[in-house]
Amino acid sequence: MSNITINIDGRQVQTTEGEFILNAARANDIFIPAICYLTRCSPTLACRICLVEADGKQVYACNAKAKEGMNITTSTENIVAERRAIMEVYDVNHPLQCGVCDQSGECELQNYTLEMGVDSQSYAIKDVARESKDWGHIHYDPGLCIVCERCVTVCKDMIGDNSLKTVARGGDAIDAEFKESMPKDAYAMWNKLNKSIIGLTSGEEMLDCTSCGECAAVCPVGALVDTHFMYESNAWELRQIPATCGHCSAGCQISYDVKHTDIENSDDKIYRVMNEWNYVSLCGAGRYGFDYQNEVKAKDETAFAYALEAFKKADTIEFTSTITNEEAFIFQSLKEKFGYKLVNSEAKAFQTFLNNYSEISGKSLYGSDLHEAHGADFIVSMGTALKSDNPNARYAFNNSISMNKGAGLYFHPLKDPVIEGISKNVVSINHAPLQEEAVLYLLLDLFAEKSKLPASVAEYIASFHSEKTITVEETVKEKVVEIVKVTKVNEETGEEEEVEEEKSTMVSKKISKEVQVDENRLLEIVGAPANFTESLEKLLAKKENFSLIVGPDLYTHPNAKNLARLVALVEKYSAFKLVMIPSLSNTLGVSLICELDDAKGSYTIGYNTKGDFTLSALGNGDLDMPAMNQQEGTLTSIDKRVNPTNAALPYKGYVLNDIAKALGLASKFTVDYTQKLPTCKGFKAQLFDNLPNRYENDGTEVRGYVLDSMDVKTFSDEDVAPLSEAKLEGSIIYLANPVRQFSEFTNKATNLKEEAGVYMSASFLESSDFNEGDMVKVKTGSGEVTAKIISDNKIEGEIATLPTFDSNLNSQSLFSGYRFTLATIQGV
Amino acid sequence: MSIEQFKNRNVSDDYFLVDIEDYPTDGWGQFKRVVKRTFKGELFVGLWVVLREMIKFDIHTVQYPKEKMPIGPRYRAVHEMKRLWESGTERCIGCGLCEKICISNCIRMETKIDENSRKEVSEYSINLGRCIFCGYCAEVCPELAITHGARYENASEQRAHFVMYEDMLTPIDMLKAGQQQEFEGFGAITPHEDERVKKTPLAY
Repeated sequence: MSNITINIDGRQVQTTEGEFILNAARANDIFIPAICYLTRCSPTLACRICLVEADGKQVYACNAKAKEGMNITTSTENIVAERRAIMEVYDVNHPLQCGVCDQSGECELQNYTLEMGVDSQSYAIKDVARESKDWGHIHYDPGLCIVCERCVTVCKDMIGDNSLKTVARGGDAIDAEFKESMPKDAYAMWNKLNKSIIGLTSGEEMLDCTSCGECAAVCPVGALVDTHFMYESNAWELRQIPATCGHCSAGCQISYDVKHTDIENSDDKIYRVMNEWNYVSLCGAGRYGFDYQNEVKAKDETAFAYALEAFKKADTIEFTSTITNEEAFIFQSLKEKFGYKLVNSEAKAFQTFLNNYSEISGKSLYGSDLHEAHGADFIVSMGTALKSDNPNARYAFNNSISMNKGAGLYFHPLKDPVIEGISKNVVSINHAPLQEEAVLYLLLDLFAEKSKLPASVAEYIASFHSEKTITVEETVKEKVVEIVKVTKVNEETGEEEEVEEEKSTMVSKKISKEVQVDENRLLEIVGAPANFTESLEKLLAKKENFSLIVGPDLYTHPNAKNLARLVALVEKYSAFKLVMIPSLSNTLGVSLICELDDAKGSYTIGYNTKGDFTLSALGNGDLDMPAMNQQEGTLTSIDKRVNPTNAALPYKGYVLNDIAKALGLASKFTVDYTQKLPTCKGFKAQLFDNLPNRYENDGTEVRGYVLDSMDVKTFSDEDVAPLSEAKLEGSIIYLANPVRQFSEFTNKATNLKEEAGVYMSASFLESSDFNEGDMVKVKTGSGEVTAKIISDNKIEGEIATLPTFDSNLNSQSLFSGYRFTLATIQGV
Repeated sequence: MSIEQFKNRNVSDDYFLVDIEDYPTDGWGQFKRVVKRTFKGELFVGLWVVLREMIKFDIHTVQYPKEKMPIGPRYRAVHEMKRLWESGTERCIGCGLCEKICISNCIRMETKIDENSRKEVSEYSINLGRCIFCGYCAEVCPELAITHGARYENASEQRAHFVMYEDMLTPIDMLKAGQQQEFEGFGAITPHEDERVKKTPLAY
């Protein structure tokens, strides 16, 4: 894209070729009114209020592309009249219940009505009965709806659920006299508005989607509201606390909206979570899982004294990756001072994977981020249950396909109806567990430049190919002419009579043919569909930007080292840009900051995990710690960005730094460690208070800082071991959470009540001997647990999943590293 | 224009100066004034007036606190919550504007969704220890629900004392007896309001 200069209202504005005028204006702080347009999504053209004049012609700024030297006027006499008429139309029959509307003044209808100076109404139409609807976690009031279709657009273009659509409204047609008297665009917009209303694609009564709530967030009026927030608080009473979501590795920017708890209690309470929906989209866990704070009345001095004693006794600290960089750094400092062993198996696996990857790539970090994935037009995901491991990676997957006329491949043993429902340009390949190596070899085979690949690898890949003669049946179309009798009305007499007519039809005919084809055994190993080669050719047409997302299945794979090297080869020798999904919130940060050990010692201090002495932000330990929404610090995200987060709620107990201080580390506040994070690993020596957390008008992310990727010494050896033919077959279980659940913290949130158990797809459940709700015993080589069977319509196929968010289930005891394992499921 | 009229600072020609003797300047003069005042008998004039009024039994004293003066409709004393005349339901819709506009931050309310999917005010309190009785809450109220009443006694044992929603709400029997007072202060409907409203066309 080349840079061009356009002229908006006499101002010279720099932008890129093909950028929409509206975005160019917004990036340069020029105001063009617009209601239905969402940055990062396709123009809807529902509101038509973004009318501008470009080179003397009226165009819609949201879908007209900027051209070199274009002259744009944002407001002419005619445009002003159109805009006013449009706002008058929006106000027709809009209930005057602003006093109780949950939008409480954050209303674009109100704003634009005032902006356009609407002080009287010229239009009228008979209203239709529009009952408000309870869709579960979302409440829809069609009376307030202005059918801008932002909810539909975001659900389709960003989220990928396609759960909402416009349905017929019914009611009278617009009075004919208005067609003559009204401005043209206003009439066209009203005509469309008057026919539609928002409904559910499924046709059911309740929303059955991945429940992200993004539709309610983007709603410009109070038509779509989060059910939990209905009539809870006026928006103007809430204070915004800028933060970073700590549930998964996406590290989305959020703001906690807080206010006093009630009329008696002045302590802050989080009422909702908001996001800059033009630039970042949240998942259901981020949006609804906000009240996981650890409420502590006061400092428990006895427990603190025990904690200090325990630290003196202990030789190991075990922790999960749901901690800030600063806390990780405190652990590392304690290790350096007292020689503790630091144990975190999941971060250790990721750390090892990254190190193995670096040996070939020569860089300490993977090369790309989700921002680039959004811009890709061919995107591949492998080794991850995309929608639950990192919802934002899934949004990038969907967004790149829907916005860039893109296509995608999804490699995973678990069949996922949500991913398959994104587009027909997604090919989902369900390979056998343990066959991830074959997938990467296939990617190398299909996309790498073979001439540059290490000779041994190229040779090995070639060994999968063989020539084969097959008989193909081809359909040839032939023209057949026949004479048929048709009944027709004679135009002269007006009577029906039979006429003979010649009719030619195309008839298909099958011919057998013998052809030489190249057979690729890798395709067979991964279980690609029969016509994969042809469909891939179609998918790859006119594709330029390639993106590869790999995930946590690989890090704990028995052949993880091999996989890491293969991933590095794919990145190095093909056009793919690589993103790795860190398994938990701050796995990337922890793996960079801490030197992790494999084995535990004799006395363990557990942080958010069970130990001989347990520090816990969940409220179930020996000493309480603050939860992520009660502390400030930084989190390292999948985008390799160090994002600051702030304390939304007060915390009255001891924090980890208090223990560190008592043990002789000198920093007064936890955030004093932000500037001390290891620069040799890519961190920057920046004060916490100087870290920004915002988006610019042009969408630039100004949050914290991006980690530097360090050069790592490579060895000339780029050989990779051949793939192991081992695969899991039979009754398989997979360790994955349902969407909206990540950890014990999301489990604590009141709006995310989810039952833990053995999740089975409806078809699997039907073919098995069990019914939903049965208690079953799941037994593997590592252990056994008893759990309830839950039917899950967000998965398909014959692999049951077990979640990690509920520690009562103790599902992790069934697995030894790798996320898939063979299991027997028996009734109790 | 002449500025003569501005120079004449006599508000009215009816004004006159009171005839007051000059103050004595020496000791002898002061002595004479004391003697003159002492024997003038003005004391008895006063005593006579009191005695006369006592005998007439025409007493105008307001027997506070047993008796109270009637108070003007615009007086701003302790708040009241009004009911709708027709149905008797509470006028307050829970919009929260009074809470927002309150400059001394003394109003706090809680709202929730009720079983009829309407907004319900579950808790409402005004801290009268902080309230400065400015009248903004009554002025901003879109429903004429919160108004000022005539109860001006605010003495209390504590600096902070609160009134709750139920205390302020017109009792239903009072409403039925037609005893709810309409507020006429700021924010109340002014005369000729109808003439100033632009009509919205209706397609019915």
